[in-house]
Amino acid sequence: MEDLFGIPAPLLFGQVLLGLINGAFYAMLSLGLAVIFGLLNIVNMAHGALFMMGAFVAWLLLDKLGLGYWWALLLSPFIVGAFGVLLEKLFISRLYKLDHLYGLLLTFGLALVIEGVFRNEFGSSGLPYRIPPELSGSWDLDFMFLPIYRAWVVIFALVACLATWLVIEKTRLGAYLRAATENAPLVQAFGVNVPRMVTLTYGAGVALAALGGVLAAPIYSVNPQMGSNLIIVVFAVVVIGGMGSILGAVLTGFGLGIVEGMTKVFYPEASATVIFVIMVIVLLARPAGLFGRA
Amino acid sequence: MSDTAITAGALPAPKAENAVAWGFSRAQFGALAAMIVFLAVAPFVLYPVFIMKLLCFALFALAFNLLIGYVGLLSFGHAAYFGMGGYIAGYSAKALGLSPELAILGGGIVAGLLGAVFGWIAIRRQGIYFAMITLALAQMVYFFCVQAPFTGGEDGIQAIPRGNLLGVVPLDRDMNMYWLVAGIFLGSFLLIHRIVHSPFGQVLKAIRENEPRTTSLGYKTDDYKLVAFILSSALAGVAGATKSLVFGIATLTDVHWSMSGEVVLMTLVGGLGTTFGPVIGAAVIVTMQNYLAELGAWVTVIQGVIFVACVLAFRRGIIGELGNLLKVKL
Repeated sequence: MEDLFGIPAPLLFGQVLLGLINGAFYAMLSLGLAVIFGLLNIVNMAHGALFMMGAFVAWLLLDKLGLGYWWALLLSPFIVGAFGVLLEKLFISRLYKLDHLYGLLLTFGLALVIEGVFRNEFGSSGLPYRIPPELSGSWDLDFMFLPIYRAWVVIFALVACLATWLVIEKTRLGAYLRAATENAPLVQAFGVNVPRMVTLTYGAGVALAALGGVLAAPIYSVNPQMGSNLIIVVFAVVVIGGMGSILGAVLTGFGLGIVEGMTKVFYPEASATVIFVIMVIVLLARPAGLFGRA
Repeated sequence: MSDTAITAGALPAPKAENAVAWGFSRAQFGALAAMIVFLAVAPFVLYPVFIMKLLCFALFALAFNLLIGYVGLLSFGHAAYFGMGGYIAGYSAKALGLSPELAILGGGIVAGLLGAVFGWIAIRRQGIYFAMITLALAQMVYFFCVQAPFTGGEDGIQAIPRGNLLGVVPLDRDMNMYWLVAGIFLGSFLLIHRIVHSPFGQVLKAIRENEPRTTSLGYKTDDYKLVAFILSSALAGVAGATKSLVFGIATLTDVHWSMSGEVVLMTLVGGLGTTFGPVIGAAVIVTMQNYLAELGAWVTVIQGVIFVACVLAFRRGIIGELGNLLKVKL
C-alpha cells in the first residue's frame, strides 16, 4: 500500500471519510441554525437536543413499532419537526419582542429539559442502532475499504443541504422566506402570513436536525449526550462561516469536518480543539466570518 | 428603560441623592447588614462546608453578573475561568506546595489572563455571536483540561491540602476556612459594588444601554468591555480557586459547559443586574441541588424548567421582583 505524506493511504482516506461524515452533521446542523436565526433571530440552543431526539425517535420506532431505518428516515423528522412547531408556538413565539439573548437562554433551558428527560428514561450509556441491511457491507476501492453506510450519509446529507438551498433560493416560498428575513413587517403587509411562516421555518430547521440524528444513529450509539457535544462545535462552525449564506454554511461544515479528520491523522492531540483554533484565527482575520456580511 | 433590555433593571434609574453612602441605597444598606449578620451567624447554625460552597458559587455568579448585568455581555463560557482557577489553585497548593492565599491569588491571576485573551477575541463580535464564541472558547479549555498532564484528566486533582493561611492559621479546621471564604466573598462583593458605582462602572452601564452612543461620546468601548471581562474572569477564577481548596478537589465538572449554564441560571433566578440577586440565586440553586441530589438527572430537568419559567414569566428574578414590589433597588 502506498504512503501519502508518510501516512498509510487507507488510514488517511479513512480519517478524511470520518471527517466528511462529521462535516455532514456540521453542515446540516449549521444550516438549520442559520435558517432559524435568519428569520426568528434566535440562536437555537436546543438544536443539539433535537438532533439527539431525532436519533431516539428512530430507535423508538424500531423498538416499539418495529418500523425500520427507512421509515425512521421519513417519520422521525416529521415527528420531531412537529414537536419543534409546538415548542415555537408555546414558548419561543413569546420572546420575539425581547432581546435576542432571551431566546438563547430559553432554548438552552429547553435543551436541558429534553436532554434530562431522555437521560432519565434511557440512561447515559448508548443504545445500539443497526445499519439497515441494504446499506451494510463495504466497497473495496483498492486504496481503502469504503463502508457503504458512510458513503450514504455523506451523499444523503449533501442532497438534503442542496435541496434546502434550492427551496430557499429558487422557489416562491423561499423568496417569501428571504424577504421576511430582510423585512418581516413589509412582507406581512403584502398579505403573507409571517407568523405561520416563522413557525414552519422553525419546524423545518428542527426537522433537518432530526434528519441528521437519524443518519447519525447507526454510526454513533444513540445516547442523550450525542447532541450537546456536537452543538458547541457547530456554534464554532457557524461563527467561522458566518450565518449570511446557505452554501457558505454547507461548505464550511464539510470543510471543517475534513480539517478535523486530517488533524486526527497528523496531530491527534489537537483534533478536539482544531475547529476552535480555526475559529480564533478567523475571528482575528475576518471577524464577520468567511461568508458573513459585516 | 424598556423591558426589551437584557438587564432586568426595569426600575427607573436611582437618583444620585438616593444613595446613602458608597453607592448603597438605604434598602441596600439594610440588605448588606442582613447579609453580614447571616455570614457571622450561619456557620454556628448550618453546616459550614455547605455555606462555603454556597459562597463560592455566589461569588462566581457575582463575577458573571458584572458582565451580563452591567455591560450587557452574555458570556456563555464562564466555567473556563472558574474551573481553571480551581485547577491552578489545586496544582499550586498540592504540587508546588504554595500557601493557600498564594494558591487562590494565582488561580485568580491565571483566570484573569485567560479572560484577557478570550475577551480580546470575543469582543470582536456582539450579542449572540459573543455568547457563541465564549462558549466555544470555553469548550476548547475543557478539551485542554482533559488532555493536559497537570489537571489529572478524568480524575482531576484530588486531596488538595488547605494548608496554613499566611503560614500560621491552620485551614484544616472548617471554621478557620469558613472565615477565610467569608472574607474573600465579602471583599469581592464590596469590590464589585465599588467597580459598578465608579465612573468606570457608569461607562459600562452606558455601553449596556447604548453602545454606539457611548462610542460617539468619545469612550473606547472595546477597552472598557475588555477590562470588565478581565475583572469578571479573574473574580470567577478566585471563586473556583477557593472552592477547590474548600473541597480539596478540582475536576472537569467545573470547566464543563453545564457549569457555564448553571452560573447563568443562578444569576437569572436571582435577578440580572441587581446587587444582591446573584447571591440569592446561587443560594437557591445550590440549596436545590443539595436537596434534590438523589433525583439524579431530574435535577437537570428542573433546572431547565426554571430557565424556561424565568425567561417567560420572571425576567427580573427574585431580587428584581422583590425590589419592584417594595419600590426599592436591591
